[in-house]
Amino acid sequence: MIWSGMLIYWGNDVYKLGWGNKTLLKFFPDSFNKALNIPYRLAEGMSLHFVFMWFFAINGVIYFLYLLFSKEYKLIFPHKKALKEAWLVILHDLHKKKGLPPQKKYNAAQRIAYSGVIVLGFAIIITGVAIYKPVQLHWLCYALGGYEWARIEHFTITILFFLFFLVHILQVIIAGWNNFRAMVTGFEVLKEEKISSTAKENIHE
Amino acid sequence: MNSNVKIVPEYILRRRTILSFLLFFFCIAIALFSWNRLQHQPKVDNALAPLRKGLEVNEWLFSHMFSDGNLSRIYAKKFAAARVRVNGDLGLKNNSDTANWKLQLIKSNGDTLKIGLEEIKALPKTTITFDFKCIEGWNQITNWGGVRFSDFINKYALTAQSQMKYVGMVTPDGAYYVGVDMASMMHPQTILAYEMNGATLPLNQGYPLRLIIPVKYGVKHLKRIGNIFFANNKPRDYWHEIGYDYYCGM
Repeated sequence: MIWSGMLIYWGNDVYKLGWGNKTLLKFFPDSFNKALNIPYRLAEGMSLHFVFMWFFAINGVIYFLYLLFSKEYKLIFPHKKALKEAWLVILHDLHKKKGLPPQKKYNAAQRIAYSGVIVLGFAIIITGVAIYKPVQLHWLCYALGGYEWARIEHFTITILFFLFFLVHILQVIIAGWNNFRAMVTGFEVLKEEKISSTAKENIHE
Repeated sequence: MNSNVKIVPEYILRRRTILSFLLFFFCIAIALFSWNRLQHQPKVDNALAPLRKGLEVNEWLFSHMFSDGNLSRIYAKKFAAARVRVNGDLGLKNNSDTANWKLQLIKSNGDTLKIGLEEIKALPKTTITFDFKCIEGWNQITNWGGVRFSDFINKYALTAQSQMKYVGMVTPDGAYYVGVDMASMMHPQTILAYEMNGATLPLNQGYPLRLIIPVKYGVKHLKRIGNIFFANNKPRDYWHEIGYDYYCGM
C-alpha cells in the first residue's frame, strides 16, 4: 500500500517539512524518486492501491474482531497506569534507568504503540475513503477539513506507520533471538531457573 | 503468562520451532511468488489484467452503492479561483478553426446534427462553483456556466439515445477522447460549459465548449468538444488506454 501510495503521491508531490521558505525535507527528493523508479507510474499506483486496499481493510477488520472475541485485547489495550509506565519503559530502553514495571505479555509502551497502530489503521482507511470518494462522501471529506487536508492527513498517517515499523524492527533486533522466536512460534522459551523465579514473583503478586 | 508455563523436552521445542519457522518462510515465499506472478500477467488497456478486473469490480460496487443523484458540494462564487489552473493541451493544439466551430451531435450512424454556439447559449443556463479535482491529486474551486447535459438531451429529443450506456466525446482534431457512463452524464451537475468565471471560455480552457462533470476526475472534463455520440460499448478513452480506470467516479 505504501509503495503504490508513493507512485500516486508523485502525481502531486507538494509536501515538505519546514517553515516559510525554509525546507528541511522535501517529500520526496528527486534523487530518491529516481533511485526507486517512481516517476510516471501514477496509473499503475492507482490500480494497485484500489485493489490492495481491500486486502488491507479486510485483514485489519478481521484482526480487530479477533482481538475483541479472543479477549486478547486485554493484553494490548493500555491499562490505567499505562502512560506513566510507558515513560519508565522508555527511560529503561534509553539506558537512563534500571528495572521495569511488572508486565504481562506486553509492557505499557508496547500496549500504547500496538493500540496506536490500530487507531492509525482505522484513520488511514477513513481518510483514504474520503479522498477516494470525495463527491459521494463529501460530508466525510468536509469533516476532515476538505479534500486537501484529508490528503495531507492520509500522507501523515503513512509517515507515522513508517516510523512505527522503523522502531518496531529496531526493537526486535535489539530484543534478540528468543523474542523473535516467540513472535514467530507463539511461545516463549524460559530456562528452568527462570521459571522458578518467575513463579515466585507470581506468588507475590 | 505464568499460568501457561509448560515444561517440555528439548526435542519438542526444537520441532515446534522448526515447524513454525518453515510456515513463516513459506508465507513470505507465497507473498513474493504472488507479487512476481502479478507483475507478469498480461495487460488489458495498459493495466495488469487482475488489477483492471479489480477496478471494474470497484466500479460495479460503487456505482450501485451510491445514488446517481448525489450532488457534489457547491460553493459561493466568491470562492472560485480567478487564475484557473491549465493542465494539458491535448486536442487543443490546432486553434485555427474555432471560428467555424459547430458541435457535431451524432444521433446515430449517418444522422449528424450540427449545432452552433449561439444555439447552445439560447438553452437554459446553469452555473456551478465546485471543487475541481485532478487525478494527479490537486484540486481547485472553479466556476463554470453552460447548459446542463440533461437539458440538452431534452431539447434535442434524444430520449432513445439517453437509454444507451455511454456517451463518447472527441475533440475536433481527434487527439483527445473520453467515454462516460450515461448516469454520470445525466447527473444534474454535468454541464456543457461555454463560460468560466462569468466570461467566455478561454482557448486553453477549451473554447468554445467543454465538458464539466463534477462527479469525475479532471481527465473526463474534455476541452473543446468536437462531436458527441452515444454507444452501448465503452467509447475509446484516452487515459483509459494508457492504464487508468475507465470509470474515474468520485
